[in-house]
Amino acid sequence: MEIINNDTALIWKALEEVKDPEVPVLSIIDLGIVRNVVVSDEELIVTITPTYTGCPAMDMIATDIKLLLAGRGFKKVTIQNILSPAWTTDWMSEEGKQKLKEYGIAPPQPRQQICNNDLFAPNEAIPCPRCNSYHTRRISEFGSTACKALYQCNDCKEPFDYFKCH
Amino acid sequence: MKEIISYTLYLADTNLILSQRNGEWCGHGPILEQDIAMTNITLDLLGQARNFYQYAATLIGNGATEDSLAYLRTEREFKNCLLAEQPNGDWGQTILRQFFISQYQFLLYNSLINCKDEQLSAIAEKGLKEVTYHLRWSSEWVIRLGDGTEESHRRMTNALEALWTYTGEFFIPAAYEQFLIDNGTIPSQDELKLTYQENINSILKRANLNPPSGSFMQKGGKTGIHTEHLGPLLAELQYMQRTYPGAEW
Repeated sequence: MEIINNDTALIWKALEEVKDPEVPVLSIIDLGIVRNVVVSDEELIVTITPTYTGCPAMDMIATDIKLLLAGRGFKKVTIQNILSPAWTTDWMSEEGKQKLKEYGIAPPQPRQQICNNDLFAPNEAIPCPRCNSYHTRRISEFGSTACKALYQCNDCKEPFDYFKCH
Repeated sequence: MKEIISYTLYLADTNLILSQRNGEWCGHGPILEQDIAMTNITLDLLGQARNFYQYAATLIGNGATEDSLAYLRTEREFKNCLLAEQPNGDWGQTILRQFFISQYQFLLYNSLINCKDEQLSAIAEKGLKEVTYHLRWSSEWVIRLGDGTEESHRRMTNALEALWTYTGEFFIPAAYEQFLIDNGTIPSQDELKLTYQENINSILKRANLNPPSGSFMQKGGKTGIHTEHLGPLLAELQYMQRTYPGAEW
């Protein structure tokens, strides 16, 4: 088994193996929820931030990080949760967005283009992850997890999840 | 210190109690998509409640945890606003309750981002992004139902009648809240109150609904004086921990 010494770059690399349990194609690095890694002689502190406050995956992610790093020789791993600055989909990696699309989930649009909070505002133009058509419609702003909205493609008729801009 | 604890518990309890009420819709929503919307909102509220309880627990110390605060306090110790504990009624009444509270939370969190307490500010910053969805969703539904069919309009008028007197409590500061306002920890609520009334009236107008004329407003929740509805809600919420103390998954 590979033992990592106190090199934070290698720890960041190792954390790519921890997946989001609800969207298993994404690592926690792809999601942008790992905010800091600090190593000292006594302990390793990994700071993470939740995507949504009620996200039930956070406890599991914290456990997975501890297990992974324990396997790499870190006896004392502390997981710190921070809330500010609040997580945004702009922190998701380009690679992560590509993986989402291949998985069948439309990746989040860049934040600055939307943030239209007008009531009954037209839906964002979200391309279908299967046929790339922009001829899609929003079924509901809330989906199977807090981070997703429900869409349907008017061309290929396929319903799909949109990882909403947040 | 006790004032900031009480205030944090007020915020936590309001979220927890509303999420418990909304959760009663799980599996009973009028259509699947709106059932999912309601439970999504409920999960956000519960997440925010946890953040507030966790913070309160660190301030209280003595072994307090988010769980002990949620499951082992009595009715008189709960500080949620009265509106949160009101029964679901029909879909219209639930929507209207959500709208009144989301509008309040939207303005409150916006103002708390700049408060002097770092953790309250962080929770508000995080929560605001979620409340923004809740507010848009509930506002659209209030308009859709109020300005919908004769039947939906009638139901929204009844809902307004049932809930209106509980909408003033947000802006009647409890002693602990006034203390924090006076010492500059949290911003004054006066400006919020005016914006709140303007925003509420503007949506109600679009929904073709008229706010009731009386100015009497209920209060008490913030100091633990509740309506008859909180006790039964807590009995259900706390049943497992009361019956099997310390039980875990």
